[in-house]
Amino acid sequence: MAAIKLDHIRHAYGPNPVSRDDYALKGVDHTFEDGSAYALLGPSGCGKTSLLNIISGLVRPSEGQLYFDAHDVTDLSTRERNIAQVFQFPVVYDTMTVAENLAFPLRNRRIAPAEIKTRVAEVLEMIGLTAMANKKARGLNADQKQKISLGRGLVRADVGAILFDEPLTVIDPHMKWVLRSQLKQLHRQFGHTMIYVTHDQTEALTFADKVMVMFDGEIVQIGDATQLFNEPAHTFVGYFIGSPGMNVLPVKVDGRRALIGQQAIALPSGVTIPAGKSIELGIRPEHLTLGRAGLPITVDRVEDVGRRRIVRARLEGLELAIAAPEDADIPADPHVAIDAGRIGVFADSWRLESRS
Amino acid sequence: MLELRQVAKIVEGQTHIAPTSLSLESGSLNVLLGPSLSGKTSLLRLMAGLDKPTSGTVWENGKDVTGLSVRKRNIAMVYQQFVNYPAMTVFENIASPLRLAKTPAAEIDRKVRSAAELLRLTPYLDRTPLTLSGGQQQRTALARALVKGAGLVLLDEPLANLDYKLREELREELPKIFAESGSILVYATTEPTEALLLGGNTATLHEGHVTQFGPTVDVFRRPNTLTTAQAFSDPPLNTIAAHKSGASFDLDGGLSLAAPKTLADGPYVLGVRPHHLSLSAQNKSAQPLTAKVAITEITGSESFVHFPFGGTDWVMLTPGVHEFEPGDKVSLYIDAARVMVFSPDGQALGA
Amino acid sequence: MKPWNNRAWFLVLPMLLLVAFSAVIPLMTVVNYSVQDTFGDNKFFWAGVEWFRKTLHSERFVSALIRNLIFSGIILAVEVPLGVLIALRMPKKGIGVPICLVLMSLPLLIPFNVVGTIWQVFGRNDIGLLGGTLKSLGFDYNYVSNPVHAWVTLIVMDVWHWTSLVVLLCYAGLASIPDAYYQAAQIDGASGWARFRYIQLPKLSRVLTIAVLLRFMDSFMIYTEPFVVTGGGPGNATTFLSIDLVKMATREFNLGGAAAMSLIYFLIILLVSWVFYTVMTRHED
Repeated sequence: MAAIKLDHIRHAYGPNPVSRDDYALKGVDHTFEDGSAYALLGPSGCGKTSLLNIISGLVRPSEGQLYFDAHDVTDLSTRERNIAQVFQFPVVYDTMTVAENLAFPLRNRRIAPAEIKTRVAEVLEMIGLTAMANKKARGLNADQKQKISLGRGLVRADVGAILFDEPLTVIDPHMKWVLRSQLKQLHRQFGHTMIYVTHDQTEALTFADKVMVMFDGEIVQIGDATQLFNEPAHTFVGYFIGSPGMNVLPVKVDGRRALIGQQAIALPSGVTIPAGKSIELGIRPEHLTLGRAGLPITVDRVEDVGRRRIVRARLEGLELAIAAPEDADIPADPHVAIDAGRIGVFADSWRLESRS
Repeated sequence: MLELRQVAKIVEGQTHIAPTSLSLESGSLNVLLGPSLSGKTSLLRLMAGLDKPTSGTVWENGKDVTGLSVRKRNIAMVYQQFVNYPAMTVFENIASPLRLAKTPAAEIDRKVRSAAELLRLTPYLDRTPLTLSGGQQQRTALARALVKGAGLVLLDEPLANLDYKLREELREELPKIFAESGSILVYATTEPTEALLLGGNTATLHEGHVTQFGPTVDVFRRPNTLTTAQAFSDPPLNTIAAHKSGASFDLDGGLSLAAPKTLADGPYVLGVRPHHLSLSAQNKSAQPLTAKVAITEITGSESFVHFPFGGTDWVMLTPGVHEFEPGDKVSLYIDAARVMVFSPDGQALGA
Repeated sequence: MKPWNNRAWFLVLPMLLLVAFSAVIPLMTVVNYSVQDTFGDNKFFWAGVEWFRKTLHSERFVSALIRNLIFSGIILAVEVPLGVLIALRMPKKGIGVPICLVLMSLPLLIPFNVVGTIWQVFGRNDIGLLGGTLKSLGFDYNYVSNPVHAWVTLIVMDVWHWTSLVVLLCYAGLASIPDAYYQAAQIDGASGWARFRYIQLPKLSRVLTIAVLLRFMDSFMIYTEPFVVTGGGPGNATTFLSIDLVKMATREFNLGGAAAMSLIYFLIILLVSWVFYTVMTRHED
C-alpha cells in the first residue's frame, strides 16, 4: 500500500495544448494518504475518469509527476504500478471459473500455487462467492460479476491502491446498498487505499473518508460529507451535493443586511463583504422551516417523496426548495424561517469564510 | 385510454409476464417499478405492440389493437441508450416523425422549434447528436417523442445513463413537458426514489407479476404485499419475523411491540422503513431497542446506520450526522404506529 | 377489423421459385441420374445404389478424397492462425486502418480464374517473376513436373487469395471487444499471450467458427485454380474431387458415376461442416 502524490498534473487529449480550455485536467496537486478511502465526485466531462486513469497508468499525463510513496511512477506501466481497478461494466474472463478469475492476477505474477490457493479462498470468503468458486464466470449476473472484478483487486496482497470507476452503475438499487456497505467494511478491515470515481453523491459521500468534488478539470473542494454539505466552498458544490441542491439567492448588500426584493435577511457576523463582486446567499432546503413565522412565500407545489416532502416555493419571485417532514401541513399563509447559523455567503460563486 | 386485459407473455415455457390487467387513463403518468428482469421492458413491448401477447388483449380507446403492427399505432418510445440518427442534425432528428407523417414544412418548423425550446435544445438544432453531451442526446430523443404527438409514450429507463444531477433536472421537467400533450406516459425504472419523485401512478413488478397498481404515494405508504413493500423501498425495507400472542408481537430480536387487537395470534412478518427508526422517541408508541452498529454511512445531512437485527441486516435512516464506530451499542426507537404487518405468506394486514 | 393476414407470404414466392429452379430442380436431376444407367440414345435403366457402391470402392475416388482432405487441412492450419495473427497486428486507429483494410480486400476482389492465371504465369520458371527468381537462386522449381511444387504453388496461391477473409472477419471480431477488457488485463498483469488466450480468443470464437466453416467448404470445393494452373497434374497429383468429377461427367460422359460422386461429395461437405460447427460451439450455453 502506498500514498499517492499528484504533483502538478495536467492533461490534454489533443496535441500541443495552448489555452487552458485545451486541458481536460487543468492542474491537480494532491496527495492521497495511505489507507484512506477517497471519492472523486463530479458531472460527466469534469475530468474525474481521466485522473483515475492517470493514477492507474492507463493514461500518461501531459505534464506533472506521479509518486507512489517516494517513487516516481509517471513512466511506469500499469502492470509495474501494482494497482487494481474496477470498471463501470463488470470485466470477467468468460472461459474461466470464478476461482480461476481470482487466481489470474496472481498467476500472471508467478506467485506460488499454494499461496494462490489460500489467497483465492480468502477472497472468495470476503466477497461471498465461495459456493460458486467452480462455476463458469459467464453464467453469473451483473452484481456477482462485479464482485469478481473487485475480488481480482483484493486478491493481491501487495496492491498499492484499488481504483473504482463508477462500479455500481449497472447494479440494481437494492444490491447497491449491499455492495456499497460491504465495500466500506472491506476498507475498514483491510485498509487499502481506495479511490472511487462517481457522479452519484450518495455513493461518494457514504463511501469515502474524503470526497473531492471536481468541476471542469479542477478540484473545487476536498472534504468529508459534513463539510461539503454544511460549508460548500463554491456554489457548484452546494448545487451538486444534496437533493435538491442548495438554494442560491442573488442578493443586494445593504450594510449588514442582504436584500431580496422587499425582504431583508441579516448577514452572518464575521463575514466581510468585498466590494464589486456579485453576492449570493446559499441556504440548504434542510435548513429552511415552513411555517407561520419568517419571510412570506408563495408555494408552487409540494412533492411527496415518501419519507419527506419537498416544497417548491417562491420568495420574492426567486425559486426556493424547502424540505419538510413526511406528515407536514402546508399553512394557508406560508412563511419560511431560515436557520441563521447555516447561511453561506458567496462572492462570485466562492464562499466567504467567516472569522469568528 | 390503454387497457391490458389478462395480457400474458410466455416464451419457451418461461413466464415473462403473468396474466395482467391494467388500465391507464389518457394524460396520466404511470411508473413501472421493479428490479432488472422483473418484466418492465416486456410489459412496455406488449403495450407498444412490438410483441404479441401469448394470451389476453390490448385495447386502445375502446378498440382492440392486439397484434396490430406497431407502425399502425401512434406510439413513441425512448430507451436507456440514446437512440438518434447520427447523420442528421438535431433539427432533422426531431422532425423525422413529422416528415414520415408528411406534415407541411411550416408546421414541422413550428413544432420542432417549440419542442426544442421546451427541452432547451434551441442552440444545438444544427449540430449532429454525437457532438452533444449525453443529456442533450437524450433530450433530442425525448423531443422526437414529444413532436410525434403520440397517444402513448413509453420511456424505458430513459435517465439511467445520465449523471445524477442531470437526472434530477430532467426528471422534474419530463412530467411537465408531456402533461400538456395529453398522452399516456409510461415510465419504467428500477429506482424507488425516481418513482416517488415522478409521482403519478405506480405499478410495482416482481418476476413478471404486477403486484400492485395505484397512485404512487399510496403504493408506497400502503403496499398490499411484502414483495411490493420491498420493491418500493430505498434504502431497503427492514423485515423481521414476529409471533403475536395476546396484545403484543414478540420479535426475533427479543423485543415486543404492541399489536392490533383485531389480529389472530400466530406468526407474522413485520416491515419497518429505515426512516421510521430513530435515535429519539418519535411519539408515545415508540419502542426502544439496542443495536450493535455494523457500519455507518453519512451523506452530510443524513446518516445510514446499518446493524444486524434478528438475523437480518437492518438500516436506520436518520437526519443529521451521527458517526458510530462498528461495534458501538446504540439505543434506537421503532415507531410502532408505522410498522407494517404482513402474514407469513406476505399479504399486508391493516396495522 | 382483421389484424392479421397471410398475404405477405406471396412476397417470398419469387424467391422460392428462384431457389427451386436454381437449386432444388438441378439437385433432383442429379439424384435422378445417380440411380440410373444409360447406354446413350436416351434410354435409362434403374441401377439402384450401384453407382454409389462403385464410387465408394473406386480407388480413384478415395485418393481424390484424401487429396481434398489433406489440402483443406493444410489450408485451415495455415490460413486461420495466420489470419488471426495478422488481424492482431493490424492498427486499431489512425490512417493505417483504411489502408490495411483496402490492402486486405484486394485479393478478394480478383476473380478465381484470374488468380489462377496470375500465379500460373508468376510461377513459370522461364518467364515468371517467382519461378525465374527461384531458378536463378538455384532451386529447381517446376510446378508442371514436380508434384510437391505443384501442391506448394496451389497452397501459397490459396493462402494469398483467402487469408484476407479470415483477417477481415477476425478484425471485426476484435474491434467489438470493449476497452475495459484490455485495461483490466493490463491491471491484472496479464502477458500478451494470456491476453490473447483469455480475452481475444474467447471473444473471437464465433467469428472463427464462421471463418473455419467458410474456408473449409470453399477449399474442399476448390476447382478453378488447379484447373487453370496444373490441370490436375502432374499425373493425378492435384486431381481433386471437383476436377475428377468434371472429367468423369464431361470427358468420360459417365453421368451416373458423376452424379453419385457429386452427391457423396455434397454429403461429405455437409457432414464435416456439421462436425466443425458442433465441436466449435459446444462450449456455448
